[in-house]
Amino acid sequence: MRVAEAWRVAIDALRANRLRSILTMLGVVIGVGAVVALVAIGTGTKRQIEQQVEGLGSNLLIVVPGRLDPGAAPTASTLTMDDVDAVIRVVGDRSRVAVTISSGETVRAGSREAYASMQGVLETTPDVFVRRLDRGSYLTRTDVTTGRRVAVLGAGTAKALFGDRDPIGRQITIGGVRFRVIGTFEELGQSLGVDRDSEVHVPVTAAQRLLGTQRIDGLAIRAPDRDRIDALGSAVVAALVKRHPDTDFSAVTQEQILGVLGDILGVLTGVLAAIAGISLLVGGVGVSNIMLVSVRERTKEIGLRKAVGARPRDIGVQFLLEAVLLTTIGGVLGMALGISAALLVDRLTPVPAAVTWWSLALAFGVSAAVGIIFGVIPAQRAGRLDPVVALRTE
Amino acid sequence: MTEPAIVAVDVTRTYDLDGVFVSALRGVSLTVSATDYVAIVGTSGSGKSTLMHLLGALDRPSSGTLRIGGRDVATLGPAEMALLRNETIGFVFQSFHLLARTTARDNVALPLVYRGVGRRERRARAAEMLERVGLGHRLDHRPNQMSGGEQQRVAIARALVTGPSVLLADEPTGNLDSTTGEQVLGLLETLNADGVAVVLVTHDREVAGRAHRQIVMRDGLIVS
Ligand SMILES: Nc1ncnc2c1ncn2[C@@H]1O[C@H](COP(=O)(O)OP(=O)(O)OP(=O)(O)O)[C@@H](O)[C@H]1O
Ligand SMILES: [Mg+2]
Repeated sequence: MRVAEAWRVAIDALRANRLRSILTMLGVVIGVGAVVALVAIGTGTKRQIEQQVEGLGSNLLIVVPGRLDPGAAPTASTLTMDDVDAVIRVVGDRSRVAVTISSGETVRAGSREAYASMQGVLETTPDVFVRRLDRGSYLTRTDVTTGRRVAVLGAGTAKALFGDRDPIGRQITIGGVRFRVIGTFEELGQSLGVDRDSEVHVPVTAAQRLLGTQRIDGLAIRAPDRDRIDALGSAVVAALVKRHPDTDFSAVTQEQILGVLGDILGVLTGVLAAIAGISLLVGGVGVSNIMLVSVRERTKEIGLRKAVGARPRDIGVQFLLEAVLLTTIGGVLGMALGISAALLVDRLTPVPAAVTWWSLALAFGVSAAVGIIFGVIPAQRAGRLDPVVALRTE
Repeated sequence: MTEPAIVAVDVTRTYDLDGVFVSALRGVSLTVSATDYVAIVGTSGSGKSTLMHLLGALDRPSSGTLRIGGRDVATLGPAEMALLRNETIGFVFQSFHLLARTTARDNVALPLVYRGVGRRERRARAAEMLERVGLGHRLDHRPNQMSGGEQQRVAIARALVTGPSVLLADEPTGNLDSTTGEQVLGLLETLNADGVAVVLVTHDREVAGRAHRQIVMRDGLIVS
């Protein structure tokens, strides 16, 4: 029998039982849709987080207080500006070193107020990280050394406090202390539901005075190029260990962070895909079940086909194609469903979703495979039927 | 002299009904020559249909030898049996066995599907064959839109469409009135004259009388 003919017979059989075919397909549609949508969400999340880490800048080495061992209790930071000076000496270029001390503060301007993350920083922040100004200018070295009370507002904070008015030169208070606005940042947008535009940068010295502390909450060092990160990292760590013999700090590269995040999110995506895969499996069992019913119902037809010359293989192929057709059509519809679901989630919720080709290919391949695997038993059963016995059944 | 179309030597067929053995055939020998026209008669349950299934390569004997078209069926696998049926045998069943949702034309074309004949040619040959059995005006009718006699003729057309060397017909006129029965018989006789061996089962003495020879069965044996 020609393959084209086998297809036609299979399609006719599915058409003859349209409602049943559709219901059987539904299991596969939902399974494939779930795989595509959940993998898209996993991938989208992973991509967004990676972009954020990459968006910070490039070739970064980050030093934070405390140990990163899982289970280690969070400890108060013992890092100070003296440590920062030591690091700057090792690096040999102040513009490659950024620091932060951060604290959530209520910021007021006139009668308006907004809650923002106050970041005490060096004037080098835009050199180390990727941050673009919308208006005005950033902090200067003099601002930092003299602890001048000047502030650069995130786009969200600027909007909340000043609306469409130009904030440059205006007064705000942070924790009751007056600051003068000298610049605003370009909008960054949300990520994972977190607003990244509600922040205020002030000189680290001013922030420390405001908070009544000497600590800093972290350093970032940008290496001139990728190959020098490791050497620079060792030098920085050595300098800090000399000052903190108990090594109560941790240094990680941006790449290490990306690697760890990537691993975690990769596992997450895998788990999501596996859960969705189970529903696909259930859909496959449904296909198998319906095919067995179909073989039983059409026993007489099978007998007749055999009587006029169909080989066991011809009959087997016919039923196998039927199963594969059910699952692949279901698979294509499921892909459409999954893509739509992913797009809707991406559009309407803060959860990002990115449909990937591999997940489509995988879902389609798996659904076709499910058709073959779950179609084989019914197909074999049909192929082996004895023609005389089959013709006798009613 | 050419080889006989079918040779059966001492064949038996025993059905195993959950441990109870029913002997439907108990040692039957029969030769059907290439130009034969044989009528099988016998009481109900005497094993006529069982024998026909064996002659048509639909079934295998429990013992004895059966050669169809020169080939011993004991040496053939299921796929080769299917090929043998398709190429050598035309079978008309006691109860038609047409595909219900399928038109007369596609019912007739079905055996050609398994021969790998293309759709267009299949349909042309099926139409031609339906024309020959007098159903040229019923090509696109489904079985439930046709009378019993018409359905029987569709079944005959299907048996003939592959150009078989043996036509086996299990009570081809049983469900027909005398006029249509006569038409069907005339058709079989024309075929036989054209060199197709014909074996038919019948309860009708008159129909049996028109065959070249008669075989009488009783209790799974040929009695004359
Ligand atoms: N598949 C089967 N399983 C068990 N017994 C069977 C089977 N097929 C036939 N038989 C038995 O074999 C015997 C012969 O049956 P068969 O159908 O050959 O008779 P028949 O001569 O064609 O009768 P009829 O004239 O009524 O068609 C009967 O006793 C029947 O019950
Ligand atoms: Mg019978």
